[in-house]
Amino acid sequence: MSVAAQAPEAPPEAPPHGPVAIPEFEVVPRKGLIIVGIAAVAVIAGIASNKLWPLEFLHVAGGAAWTIIDLFLGLILGPIMGSMSIPARIEFTTKLMPKMVLIMPTVVTMTLAAGWQLGIKTGNVFSYAPNHAWVVASFIVVGVMAVIALGLLEPANIAVLVELKKRRPNPQVIERLMKRFMYSAGILGAMQIATLVIMTKLASG
Amino acid sequence: MSERKLPPVTQVGMASLALIVAGGIYLSAHLPQHVALGPAIALLAASALLMAGNLASLARVQGFAWDRFFAVGRWSLLAYVVTAGMIEFVFVHNHLSGGALVVLTLSLVVFAVHVPMLIAFTVARNYEPADAVSADGAAADGSAA
Repeated sequence: MSVAAQAPEAPPEAPPHGPVAIPEFEVVPRKGLIIVGIAAVAVIAGIASNKLWPLEFLHVAGGAAWTIIDLFLGLILGPIMGSMSIPARIEFTTKLMPKMVLIMPTVVTMTLAAGWQLGIKTGNVFSYAPNHAWVVASFIVVGVMAVIALGLLEPANIAVLVELKKRRPNPQVIERLMKRFMYSAGILGAMQIATLVIMTKLASG
Repeated sequence: MSERKLPPVTQVGMASLALIVAGGIYLSAHLPQHVALGPAIALLAASALLMAGNLASLARVQGFAWDRFFAVGRWSLLAYVVTAGMIEFVFVHNHLSGGALVVLTLSLVVFAVHVPMLIAFTVARNYEPADAVSADGAAADGSAA
């Protein structure tokens, strides 16, 4: 076999079994903490002011972000990532997951804290409200989602990034943690559909 | 990497979180009526017991990567204490008081301790002694930032 014929199969600059390059990344992007701080201050100010518009804005904006991210991640990005090559998946993971470490807790806290205050202000959370059963249903859905997110998704998110920071990351550990993350995100995405049903019902009266 | 035998920390942690969530839902579903605190206290006590059991069972594990556990745990603890503080602010701002405030505050303590513990455990369980020290003698880079 000629050298020219071998070249396309094994280019010298890309050995087929070489170590996968892991891009530099921060587990917690420090610059993003500024935006998180701004969001936290906005939530506290919104609750302290107890005015309808800021509470509605924080609850709807946070809730929309939370729902869309869960649905998109669980149902669209998850399957796409599963079909990517290992190097592409690692590069994508190192770019996506640090952002998720900051975005998800922020939008969840923003949505729930502002939503509770909004419910107090409008009276929706009180047991005499006409749609109280729907509100309690939303508590249950959010409660289940919180347990999955806090117990499975968030720890897997952090652990996969810390594993990728090791000098010799273990591909099996990364695979297992990413599966856990994506399955959790898929379940949360499906549960977000229940949230959408409840919230649109509550908004419609 | 060989799989070590570890206690079911994640499963127990999720059960503990589910109990305090159930207690929170029970209390919030009855607002603004007076509600019997007994069920919420029972759920909180069961949750706290599970957390204590979880900590005790993990403390008995031989060769666990405690340095990694505490390195990740302390930053997670900071983040979840801030989150719990914001939730507590909402309770106080809405003039919640008495037994309900005590139960919900203690529930937040369980939440703020148990979630960082789960995060730290998930990270540390994947550490082997070889990961702790790299070839040049420095800690292998698993730092949380």
